[in-house]
Amino acid sequence: MELKTHISVQNLNVFYGNEQALKNISIDIPDKKITAIIGPSGCGKTTLLKSFNRLINTIDEVKVSGKVFVDGENIFEKKADVNRIRKKMGLLSQKPYPLPMSIFDNVAYGPRIHGMNDKKKLSAIVEKYLIEANLWDELKDRLHSPASKLSVGQQQRLCLARGLAVEPEIILGDEPTSALDPRSSKHIEERFLALKNDYTVIIVTHILRQAKRLADYVVFLYLGELIEHGPAKEIFENPQMEMTKEYIKGVIS
Amino acid sequence: MNRNKIEETIFKILMINSTIIILIILLLILLTIILKGLPAMDWSMISQTPKGGYYLGKEGGILNAIIGSLYLAGGATILAFIISLPIVLYFKVYAKKNSKIVMFTRFSLDVLWGVPSIVYGAFGFTIMLYFGLKASLLGGIITVSLLILPIMTRAMDETIKMIPIELLEASYSLGANRIETAFKVVVRQALPGILTAILISFGRGIGDAASVMFTAGFTDNIPTSLLDPVATLPLAIFFQLNTPFPEVQERAYASAFILTVIILIISIVSRFLIKKYTKYIIK
Repeated sequence: MELKTHISVQNLNVFYGNEQALKNISIDIPDKKITAIIGPSGCGKTTLLKSFNRLINTIDEVKVSGKVFVDGENIFEKKADVNRIRKKMGLLSQKPYPLPMSIFDNVAYGPRIHGMNDKKKLSAIVEKYLIEANLWDELKDRLHSPASKLSVGQQQRLCLARGLAVEPEIILGDEPTSALDPRSSKHIEERFLALKNDYTVIIVTHILRQAKRLADYVVFLYLGELIEHGPAKEIFENPQMEMTKEYIKGVIS
Repeated sequence: MNRNKIEETIFKILMINSTIIILIILLLILLTIILKGLPAMDWSMISQTPKGGYYLGKEGGILNAIIGSLYLAGGATILAFIISLPIVLYFKVYAKKNSKIVMFTRFSLDVLWGVPSIVYGAFGFTIMLYFGLKASLLGGIITVSLLILPIMTRAMDETIKMIPIELLEASYSLGANRIETAFKVVVRQALPGILTAILISFGRGIGDAASVMFTAGFTDNIPTSLLDPVATLPLAIFFQLNTPFPEVQERAYASAFILTVIILIISIVSRFLIKKYTKYIIK
């Protein structure tokens, strides 16, 4: 089967117990663009995002049917190597969760897990991705102090650097600015815009203005159903579905 | 004054009273063992093993019991740790939420926590008879490790339980598997709690008399093998208090003082370690 994109979802259904969180979702996520998944709370945005790297499997009593292809490989197949697939994606969660170790060790965690032990190379990696996350100048003198001491905004950028250090193709953001102050949010948004040239970026957001600022492509979910998706310009300026129109105007939320 | 204010005041007074009572009890215990033990306290108490007639008031010290207790409680703590760490990591990293096995294990551990130490002593003794093992350091270590296992496991479990699942997901999303996540993230995040669990278990183990009475034996010598009988401080205190000689009874208080100082030193060292590792914790 020919797949054009990194991530391709086909007939995805997700159940939490008896509750259906996603209903028959099929979509191709465009490469090297920012895709925003929007929709009201509880519509399944995060579930869709987490099914891309199979983190929903850590939630108990979840049932999944359908397929999610990552580089042509169905990740919900039993024999799929989850750890290798997850390595292809960096994840930013709502609240940043740095690991309980130093700044340096946070960024080096992924590479070390994947077998990199050369100190010089690790230092180079840490520097490279801290620069890419726009943190190097702030932190270069205290790389060995605990990550827990950083501000929330810095922590989120550190999480970005940590994710980039495993050289993913895809970056997933689950409302990545919702815990941040406006300045830190702006930092993160700028990073996303800079990164989209090299990475496929998918963010979940409930902030419409953020979606407008960032997204090239928009996916609108409502109550677990995929209502509409398309280039951002079309969705925002000329939505086809009544529900999308109402959401964008702010009638439903 | 309105009702709320009165309630507040009453509870404040109650809390202050409780705090004072605890402090007074601690102070009285320390005063008793210091005042009664100090006359018998000298260098030979902690540098010599009992010479002939020690329990009649003659020369010697309780080095045998000091070393014996450290060996025994140390060995039991290590053994209990080796068993309990995998249990709590399994609970957090591998087991499903609301897993029946986890709930049942937690319940069993809570029951075991409440079992009196003399029961562990009797149980250990039966097991040893079955295997033909005589009262020894090994028998004591096994019995005491059974005694402190529920304490250590539940104490670690309580801190590890609090770790947010998102922290584990952060590790998974970087391609780490469960075992890497367990040892590199969960253990590090819970390190202060794990150290506290080890400390209270060691304290419980070194202070318990009933569990070692039948299983560890008693001797005037320092054990040189796991199969030698071993003296312990609680039993040394017990035997010395039981003699009719006031000067030997004083030595019992001096021994109690030594036991307390050992626990104090370990508390201080572990507080220091806990403080050192707490700064890495993600809140």
